[in-house]
Amino acid sequence: MLVIEGNRMSQNRSYWKANLRLVALCLAIWFVVSYLFGIILVEPLNKIQIGGYKLGFWFAQQGSIYVFVILIFFYANRMGKLDREHGVHEDDDEGRS
Amino acid sequence: MTLQSMTYLVVGTTFALYIGIAIWARAGTTKDFYVAGGSVHPVANGMATAADWMSAASFISMAGLIAFMGYGGSVFLMGWTGGYVLLAMLLAPYLRKFGKFTVPEFIGDRYYSKAARIVAVVCLIVASVTYVIGQMKGIGVAFSRFLEVDYDIGLTIGMGIVFVYAVMGGMKGITYTQIAQYCVLILAYTIPAIFISLSLTGNPVPQLGLGSTMAGSDVFLLDRLDQVLRDLGFLEYTTNVRLSLTNMFMYTMSLMIGTAGLPHVIIRFFTVPKVKDARSSAGWALVFIAILYTTAPSVAAMARLNLIETIEPTPGEYMVYEERPDWVRNWEATGLLAFEDKNGDGRIQYTANADTNEMVQVDRDIMVLANPEIAGLPNWVIALVAAGGLAAALSTAAGLLLAISSAISHDLLKGVFRPDITEKQELRASRIAMAGAILLAGYLGFNPPDFAAGTVALAFGLAASSIFPALMMGIFYKRMNKEGAIAGMVAGLGVTLLYVFQHKGIMFIASTSFLGDMSPNWFLGIEPNAFGAVGAIVNFTVAFVVAKMTTAPPQEIMDLVEHIRVPAGAGAASSH
Repeated sequence: MLVIEGNRMSQNRSYWKANLRLVALCLAIWFVVSYLFGIILVEPLNKIQIGGYKLGFWFAQQGSIYVFVILIFFYANRMGKLDREHGVHEDDDEGRS
Repeated sequence: MTLQSMTYLVVGTTFALYIGIAIWARAGTTKDFYVAGGSVHPVANGMATAADWMSAASFISMAGLIAFMGYGGSVFLMGWTGGYVLLAMLLAPYLRKFGKFTVPEFIGDRYYSKAARIVAVVCLIVASVTYVIGQMKGIGVAFSRFLEVDYDIGLTIGMGIVFVYAVMGGMKGITYTQIAQYCVLILAYTIPAIFISLSLTGNPVPQLGLGSTMAGSDVFLLDRLDQVLRDLGFLEYTTNVRLSLTNMFMYTMSLMIGTAGLPHVIIRFFTVPKVKDARSSAGWALVFIAILYTTAPSVAAMARLNLIETIEPTPGEYMVYEERPDWVRNWEATGLLAFEDKNGDGRIQYTANADTNEMVQVDRDIMVLANPEIAGLPNWVIALVAAGGLAAALSTAAGLLLAISSAISHDLLKGVFRPDITEKQELRASRIAMAGAILLAGYLGFNPPDFAAGTVALAFGLAASSIFPALMMGIFYKRMNKEGAIAGMVAGLGVTLLYVFQHKGIMFIASTSFLGDMSPNWFLGIEPNAFGAVGAIVNFTVAFVVAKMTTAPPQEIMDLVEHIRVPAGAGAASSH
């Protein structure tokens, strides 16, 4: 029993570490597309033109939002995999009660 | 059919739909009332969240703000969407796993303290009540403009509709009406945008139209807009920074953290069956929000260009006042658009110079509302825009009212004062609390307090500086204890309120401002609306220091944190 408990705890710990790594990666991208490209570096990026859009302006008013959407689905998908790999996923019938 | 009767028909049909849904989705248990039975599909919840989130301000005002702020308006676009990334990764799945009904309930349990729960209830009620005033005003204004009934009568009708479905159905009724309201508002927003993009650029997708060339020329639309604004003496549209890049950074950060900390948005994620549904549901919510938020910049730029070209059809050739188009006459009648022929030449000049500018009044809200008329669209589209504005205001008001009433009936009554009441009594109490919240919101809508204009800053500031940090540390920092969390919330809240009040006046009464609303006095040039992020940093810092100096939380709390960090064993949301 104790051995199973111990395994469970170390599994949970490695699950949490993997989760934090994933969140850190996603939030780094979140920061880069909005704060870095959309605000801090907006002036140099505006020298690049994509169609009728100045690139910095595009990130601030369009691009960052598209990336946010992709990021959340990417995160949800990877977390679903992590849940299964570490055996902490919800049972299929769980929560339907 | 006249525009008037068409508007009555479209608005009446949508209202009948909302009432029909209310009768179908009655709440039978407290679980139905607080979390819609915990069985809402993640995509459906995403759609309801989008309607909950997008208020009259998003629908009517945002594109108009961007039209006049240009690049500076990006703070709203990034700020009000980027918060969902924080919500999906830092809060929603864990709070869903915790599996209770309200946000203060989590704070009370996690920090093993009724005091913490009450502080959270106070923050929640202040943030939500200030926010709901704006929605009530939006409902009254939409009625009076489109249906030409009195503001007071319009507000009463709006309150009556919310009353029926929110009191009967609670979260269950609200969720399914919000799904219908999302469909109405997104059609009302995108249809005019598609037509305008098509007529200006030949591209039917507004998001692409904004980056295209003007129809029949090889000049890009944004370059053209920059050019005409420069010629009139305004700042360029695409590079017009709001105050400073530091201010824009902090403003965006405050809106993002505030968005993730607003309780009426968070509780929507208690309604899905599973933890993994909470993650994907945040993604769906942002998809549905992004459809409007990526269209808004196109509406903004195109509306600004349309407005200027109405006034000055060819360079140097201004509009003859007597030959102005019908939509200009219609909006002049409302007082939201006004001209003054200062030099008496019978033409209207529009310039950046206040002395010679003859378009003396142009309300930003016109930009979205007049769009269909400017583009010459049929009456049913104009009627749809009225129904869309009402849908946006009603759906947000209902979500806020549910957050307020559940805080009162579940957190204060059941949680603190009368823990022994039965489920049936609690359900009745929650309906009474809802009715009371609607009456209070209606009263504030009839008598908007002086501080109504500054309330957005307050709502986001409160959510960012108090609620978000307390929730996040509760999940990610196991060692955070009662003392740290309470000290952090009070400090964050205090700093934010002090900053807002010292520049805007106590409770926004300007004469009580003790430093004056003067930008030279702003800390690092940060405007008061953008100060929530600073409040959040103060909260985190104070909480961390105080927690270090006091004893660790009890073992069962550490176990609780371990428990919410893993999805397994979630079960449905419950009060036990």
